[in-house]
Amino acid sequence: MTSVTAFAESEKSEDGKGNLIDTSEEINAYIKHHLQDSHDFTFYTDGETSTHYSLPLPVIVWDEGLHIFMSSKFHHGESVAESNGKFYLLYHSKIYRTDSEGTITLNDHDHPTNIKPLDFSITKSVVGMLVASILLVWGFSSLARSYKKGPIPTGIGRLLEPLVLYVRDEIAIPNIGEKKYGKYMSFLLTVFFFIWILNLMGMTPLGFNVTGNIAVTTCLALFTMIIYVSSGTKDFWMHTLWMPGVPYVLRPVLAVIELAGFILIKPFSLLVRLYANITAGHFVIMSLIALMITLKAAFGPVASTGVSLFLTLFITVIELLVAFLQAFIFTMLSSLFIGMAVAEHDAH
Amino acid sequence: MYNLIGAGLIVIGGGIGLGQIGGKAMEAIARQPEAFGKIQTAMIIIGALLEGLAFGALILGKG
Repeated sequence: MTSVTAFAESEKSEDGKGNLIDTSEEINAYIKHHLQDSHDFTFYTDGETSTHYSLPLPVIVWDEGLHIFMSSKFHHGESVAESNGKFYLLYHSKIYRTDSEGTITLNDHDHPTNIKPLDFSITKSVVGMLVASILLVWGFSSLARSYKKGPIPTGIGRLLEPLVLYVRDEIAIPNIGEKKYGKYMSFLLTVFFFIWILNLMGMTPLGFNVTGNIAVTTCLALFTMIIYVSSGTKDFWMHTLWMPGVPYVLRPVLAVIELAGFILIKPFSLLVRLYANITAGHFVIMSLIALMITLKAAFGPVASTGVSLFLTLFITVIELLVAFLQAFIFTMLSSLFIGMAVAEHDAH
Repeated sequence: MYNLIGAGLIVIGGGIGLGQIGGKAMEAIARQPEAFGKIQTAMIIIGALLEGLAFGALILGKG
């Protein structure tokens, strides 16, 4: 990602104590920190007294044994956390094992050489996914229950039913086919609503960035890949590995290309699209909010706040559209790939 | 510095591609307004494929 410095030529301002601080560098650091996953849930940081208003989250670390403690022990990366005789430190939002002094040794590329234990913590993104799952279970179980009373859903079901029908009639049936779509509906619906709710949660001021996390999108794309590879018909594998109607010399070459396409390129494009769209969206919104600070010297506080609010409002509306569109695209392309794998070529 | 130039080139390429897709879709919708839904879906799919390509290049350029 490029830096905000592009439009804010390293502006300096004074903090409360009369120290010169580099505003644009601080904004850059803040945006980078937001785009990463974190071990606590920070709502607000008072810059003058540097107190954090946050909720600690549990840290679960496997390092020759299980270590479980709350992330409040780290004091936002400012102090060393001790657990069962081992010491850990947060360095750029990653947990490293250190000594009791918290020494981090860096190599030539400024990467720490300390041991990095396996981190299974309930981080902010995990909390986001759990909240999304709970919302999904609650919404859809109430939709399912309301069908027992009558044909017309009540409550939240009225909102969900048209969307379920939309996924079925506009995404699943045209791409997979009337006969086979039923088996894949549960996956497509889950993926659609999961991504959509997480994208929308990313738009709230709580600051979730779950679908902008490449590990999450990789997992979602892997699910799609496993499903369409495992449900491939005989025809699909014949067309992939030994394409009929093509000269024999070309068939192995085509097989390599087709296999790379199905195993690597298609999941890669799925995961990168979602990750990059959401990351870029968050980056743009935060840069526009930062305009309020970076343009203050040039235009004064009122004008800079006005410009920033105006631009942020419209980008936020566009991002609401993108949130839906990315969920739609992911589901659409997943069903397209599944449809390719289960298609019956009776034309030959 | 070079990755900024690369990002610019990617955006130029992606912009031309999206312009082509959007423009042709507009023409098609103007010719056959009743096929609006189908054309829009196809347009979004191809737009998404293009987007994946451009974002892939941006991610590779960043690293």
